[in-house]
Amino acid sequence: MKIKLTVWRQRNRNAQGAFKDYEVEASPDMSFLEMFDVLNESLISKGEEPVAFDHDCREGICGACSMVINGSPHGPRQGTTTCQLHMRSFQDGDHIVVEPWRARAFPIIKDLVVDRSSFDRIQQAGGYITVNTGAPQDANAIPIGKAEADEAFDYAACIGCGACVAACPNASAMLFTASKVAHLSLLPQGAPERRDRVRRMVTAMDGEGFGGCTNHGECSAACPKEIGQDAITLLNREFMRAGVSAK
Amino acid sequence: MELDAKIPSGPIEKKWDKHRFEMKLVNPANKRKFRILVVGSGLAGASAAATLAELGYEVDCFCFQDSPRRAHSIAAQGGINAAKNYQNDGDSVYRLFYDTVKGGDYRAREANVYRLSQVSVDIIDQCVAQGVPFAREYGGMLTNRSFGGAQVSRTFYARGQTGQQLLLGAYSALNRMIDAGKVTMHPRTEMLDVVLVDGHARGLITRNLITGEISRWAGDAVILATGGYGNVFYLSTNAKGSNVTSAFRAYKKGAGFANPCFTQIHPTCIPVSGDYQSKLTLMSESLRNDGRVWVPSNPEDARAPNEIPESERDYYLERRYPSFGNLVPRDVAARAAKKECDEGRGVGSTGLSVYLDFAAAIERDGRDQIEDRYGNLFEMYERITGESPYRQPMRIYPAVHYTMGGLWVDYNLMSNIPGLHVLGEANFSDHGANRLGASALMQGLADGYFVIPYTLGHYLATGWQGKVATDHPEFDKAEEEVKAKVEKLMGIGGRTPVDVFHRELGQIMWDHCGMARNREGLQKALQLIPELRERFWNDVAVPGDSMELNPWLEKAGRVADFLEFGEIMCHDALDREESCGGHFREEYQTDEGEALRDDENYAYGAVWEYQGPDAAPKLNKEELSFEYVKLTTRSYK
Repeated sequence: MKIKLTVWRQRNRNAQGAFKDYEVEASPDMSFLEMFDVLNESLISKGEEPVAFDHDCREGICGACSMVINGSPHGPRQGTTTCQLHMRSFQDGDHIVVEPWRARAFPIIKDLVVDRSSFDRIQQAGGYITVNTGAPQDANAIPIGKAEADEAFDYAACIGCGACVAACPNASAMLFTASKVAHLSLLPQGAPERRDRVRRMVTAMDGEGFGGCTNHGECSAACPKEIGQDAITLLNREFMRAGVSAK
Repeated sequence: MELDAKIPSGPIEKKWDKHRFEMKLVNPANKRKFRILVVGSGLAGASAAATLAELGYEVDCFCFQDSPRRAHSIAAQGGINAAKNYQNDGDSVYRLFYDTVKGGDYRAREANVYRLSQVSVDIIDQCVAQGVPFAREYGGMLTNRSFGGAQVSRTFYARGQTGQQLLLGAYSALNRMIDAGKVTMHPRTEMLDVVLVDGHARGLITRNLITGEISRWAGDAVILATGGYGNVFYLSTNAKGSNVTSAFRAYKKGAGFANPCFTQIHPTCIPVSGDYQSKLTLMSESLRNDGRVWVPSNPEDARAPNEIPESERDYYLERRYPSFGNLVPRDVAARAAKKECDEGRGVGSTGLSVYLDFAAAIERDGRDQIEDRYGNLFEMYERITGESPYRQPMRIYPAVHYTMGGLWVDYNLMSNIPGLHVLGEANFSDHGANRLGASALMQGLADGYFVIPYTLGHYLATGWQGKVATDHPEFDKAEEEVKAKVEKLMGIGGRTPVDVFHRELGQIMWDHCGMARNREGLQKALQLIPELRERFWNDVAVPGDSMELNPWLEKAGRVADFLEFGEIMCHDALDREESCGGHFREEYQTDEGEALRDDENYAYGAVWEYQGPDAAPKLNKEELSFEYVKLTTRSYK
């Protein structure tokens, strides 16, 4: 199948970027990133500079890949990362526009590669349970109901890709931050620090330059792990509770 | 090369306790004076960095990914073993130890494996305390499942994403120490050399992957937790960035590389669909509980699978292994699939796959039951192949998955270079010639949370040789070498993309040092690899500039190391004239085609020593003795 690509090219953070057109001969069984591999090999052979993009596991779990495909982060298939999207989701002759994640808190490093270290800094501001390695009590001494454990897992499944931010008209990181807050506040182990955690993580999120949440719901629609809006409800509730019962 | 495993004396169940008491300690007030350099942020690296920082050490942690959370441990699916015996089904520390030594086909070090089994129970406690959402029963207790090679249910899991959840647990512990100012994290930073001062590992040379800047780091000890080298085969289930570079640069500085030919091939992966294929995806081993493996009896048969009548199908595993059938262990199932394809009976457009058929199971148990058991896997399969396993058989083929070999370490997880410690998949110590399912996660976390925090202190208290700064001449030398290599790669000006060479190397390794090896093939590989390497250094195209983000330069450096490392694997496979675990030498098999181990001559760890750029590596041996687990032959007939 013949694909016409329009790809964002930008040499570095400070350079002026521009769209550039390419043509690729793809096979329906290729993944979207393999289609880019083919493009890049042909560019290298022609002595042109290939397109830089982030990727690693290529099985939908590491969260590295990050392309906005025809306006949708990770492309048209629901619950699917870019690396797991295959060309059979497109038609012969399709024109596909590929852009990087666009958000002030995700500056572009090169082409389609952005800097998501702001996500790490949000996690560092309390996205953990304070427990030293050593000999905590026996694992079964903390019974946790299956429903609660499953719910916590649903939020813990976040892969930190940033599609939620890329999809949001405000470039808000609410769903990302909420996933960690929800995961830990639903578990008894996370309870002692829940107030401090939510305050600090929200402050860190705001400090990174992410926008506010105005309930568009685009984040959940784009999330490759299909984390729902209820995470944000939970975050808001935790934040309110932390404010009301201050110290 | 001196190889003293430093195994403590006394009965096996007392060794670790005794050793913990005998090791020297670092005074709590002095720990902050030591700087530890940790390379890698997967399960082993992140858990080590966090735990050492909690103890009071100053830690610098490096990873090539943009965040420590993306280390490849994240992709582990199945679970983590621990001898908790929560199921009351007869498990014990001793049984986990026994299963692991036997499963490793008697090529692991007993004392290390016993300790691994002992600390396994603490890992689960630690992870639960961190908030890892393991699967639970309705009453709130943790649940377990059984896994290949074990007759008890000792595997803890978090859906099919156990690695992700454990890594996020270790990542959160790491974040806490970054928040506390005790760990400085260096993402998008690749280690390109280890610096030795007076024979001790005292520093690193790194490249900042965004700016291209080459930097020096001095420390009091170095920890490598850099994973396995499965990507030497190009196609594997590893992440694209996984590489041998850190371990290989340490090898070139004198660290022994042990059992490099021990690689694990997983039998159930989604087959290659074309030349453009960039990686392989694993499908859980559990599918073989209900799926039946077959190929058409007639190699010429081009009909769709559903049109081939029962009488013209060959259920070859059921035929060859009547008592275990489709549930033979990984290495046996993988080799059998290769045999069918090699003999022309493979299916699919490439002829390199076999059917895994659920029709009988669906008819017996109903579609709902099968969907309940495997729904997410079937969905993943359909997403990648566009075919529904409910309507037609899956096609599967074996793929490289894990590497048991790695840098040689003693009981303290220290290599033969003092101060250079190696954890997780990057070392060689615990899995022998074959790793059991759900044991990789266990080993990574055991090493990082519960072993290195003790043994590192002992090194600092007894072997440390005073402060070293980055202006030491050894740093100048190492930095110059690294810069020269980068410049050399940038200056070749060739026309051929790096991946072309990598694919070719992968094909050589797969054909001659893959699932089955023989003398002739290995010798051929030892001829082909240097030729390929020569072409690489003359014609590789590395576009862009070295002082910016340059994924092609990164890749070229890693492939250059694989092009040397592949040869050591072949030397190792050639030396080992027996078949054991993942290493199957065609000359050494029974009349029925089963692996023939030779305990009399090969019960050793083969430790390879660098001898210079154009010389063959030198073989050193660590003899293994089995005092507790009796040497027996594995049989699955």
